[in-house]
Amino acid sequence: MSRALLPAIVLAIPLTGAIVGMLAWGRPRLQRAASLAASASLLAAAAILLAAVDGGGTLVVQAGNWPAPFGISLVADRLAAAMVVIAGLMAIAVDVYVAADPDRGRLTRDPCFVPLYQGLLFGVTGAFLAGDIFNLYVWFEVMLICSFGLLAVGADRARIDGAVKYVVLNLFGTTLFLASVGLLYGVTGTLNFADLALKLPLVENQGLVAALGILLLGAFGMKGAIFPLFYWLPASYHTLPTATAAIFAALLTKVGVYALIRCFTLLFQHQSDIFAPLFAVIAAATMLTGVLGAAAHFDVRRILSFHIISQIGYMLMGLAIMTPLAIAGSILYVIHHIVVKANLFLIAGAMRRMGSDHHLARAGGLWRREPVLAVLFLVPALSLAGVPPLSGFWGKFMVIKASIEAEQIMLAVTALVVGLLTLFSMIKIWNLAFWQARPASAAPVAALTRRERATLLGPIVGLAAVTLTIGLWVEPFSAFAIATGAELLSRGAYVEAVLGVQP
Amino acid sequence: MDVALPIAIGAMFAASVYMLLGRDLIRITVGILMLGVAANLLIFVAGRIAGSGAPPLVAAGMTAASADSANPLPQALILTAIVISFGLSAFAIVLFWTARRIFGHVDTQRHRLAEPADILQPVPPTVSTTGTEKVLA
Repeated sequence: MSRALLPAIVLAIPLTGAIVGMLAWGRPRLQRAASLAASASLLAAAAILLAAVDGGGTLVVQAGNWPAPFGISLVADRLAAAMVVIAGLMAIAVDVYVAADPDRGRLTRDPCFVPLYQGLLFGVTGAFLAGDIFNLYVWFEVMLICSFGLLAVGADRARIDGAVKYVVLNLFGTTLFLASVGLLYGVTGTLNFADLALKLPLVENQGLVAALGILLLGAFGMKGAIFPLFYWLPASYHTLPTATAAIFAALLTKVGVYALIRCFTLLFQHQSDIFAPLFAVIAAATMLTGVLGAAAHFDVRRILSFHIISQIGYMLMGLAIMTPLAIAGSILYVIHHIVVKANLFLIAGAMRRMGSDHHLARAGGLWRREPVLAVLFLVPALSLAGVPPLSGFWGKFMVIKASIEAEQIMLAVTALVVGLLTLFSMIKIWNLAFWQARPASAAPVAALTRRERATLLGPIVGLAAVTLTIGLWVEPFSAFAIATGAELLSRGAYVEAVLGVQP
Repeated sequence: MDVALPIAIGAMFAASVYMLLGRDLIRITVGILMLGVAANLLIFVAGRIAGSGAPPLVAAGMTAASADSANPLPQALILTAIVISFGLSAFAIVLFWTARRIFGHVDTQRHRLAEPADILQPVPPTVSTTGTEKVLA
């Protein structure tokens, strides 16, 4: 197996999974097996890719051997490879959890689920590996149509209502993206990321370039749920089944954040004096509105949805400061957040399955009934709030240290306050769902079999272990993030790997 | 053509945004469809429409197509975008149809099942959002 073809091989795995899933239509066991096999191989192949990229530099596949910038390039640099690995990890964790079926068979019985799930992973992986901006648009659409499908699988009335908002806003966002791609081509005559990185600073009318940056910011910001474009997210995520909510929460907004990091380090870095202050305002506003929204709510899934938004703010701090440490902090934060947020959604599903309720007023008594789940909840919850020595602490530490070094004191203060308010929300869930007595009116719950308990808690334990590993043994992770940050800001390695010339 | 198309595209963007701002799902559908067409035309114009519209063929003995031949790349991009927007619009229309069946009307202001007015109260919501009834086959 050629090392150079690795990015294409990684991409072929979820595609195969989706095809086999469709061929096995109406045979749930075969579909399940195909999906698990595809997810596990995606994680394995992604790990090989990451090792290859970390050891041997950026890998580029020129499709059909057309030289860049004329053909389609797949590019795996450190950031892309790390994102693919984390997507693979989420794929297998959620796939195992689906088998435990906290939504009572709705997802596993539906023949659409496996093809759409693997198709979603295909789109996400493709978006991470895309080497030109039109391809990024196409991958966004692959991801989007699969997410629309997953929204509709076995939908109830509330979910259709949420889906309408999700669909309209996402369609608007991607059309905006398409329009800015067209204009970008009109201005530069190229769509390849590396080629754009060389040509955009040479454009005479830099005002036009800034306008294109703003258009792309709007398009990716809508996908990434930044302030003030996040309204579709808390309107739809809480209506989803647990497994779907977990994979959406883990990956979809983060593709938007990835696209922002990619574009604003590679394409618009020469205009960072315009965009960095803008990102500082957006990051602070996103963090604050998200965390205040979460503080106001009493439904576990709504609280978690609002926390997705507030955490996006931390990831944008890197783009507001634009030092290698800040970008590294953002990347570490993205990686930590994907694991933690998916885990919290999985735990919310397990809480419901074990006799609690999504609405905190009807919840309670879980500490006495399910002490193992209670301890498992504490790991991602405290990590989300940034309590040392868990993974969230290091991400927050790096972005806040970078913002103090860059004398962005207001941003650092906002980040610290938002951390405290996050802790408040998590304590609210802990007090009401785990600590308070179980309401007398609560319906009796069917006991879980040993096998059900294992499949339900297995992925939660696995993701909690990842959180603890990043927290307690942070050195390799932070070293990798710092190397990635430096690589993204210097841009030379990326351009040289794709075009074969030094910028 | 040089002036007419950009003005037409601007008018289409304005009209589609106006339609999207409506409360009515039918208006929103028209807005989405028009927005897609406007974006496609925008790519077409941004990719520079050649004066003579000659096909992009390289004549014998030459190494490049003549300067006034049409640029095929934006057309390939538009073709891709048309296919994608067809699929997405089809999905959206079926979804809106389902929503109309559920609510009995298409006024999005009154679609409040996912976000009922009392969600901020620390008491359980009046509308159950955890029902398992199936709506889409």
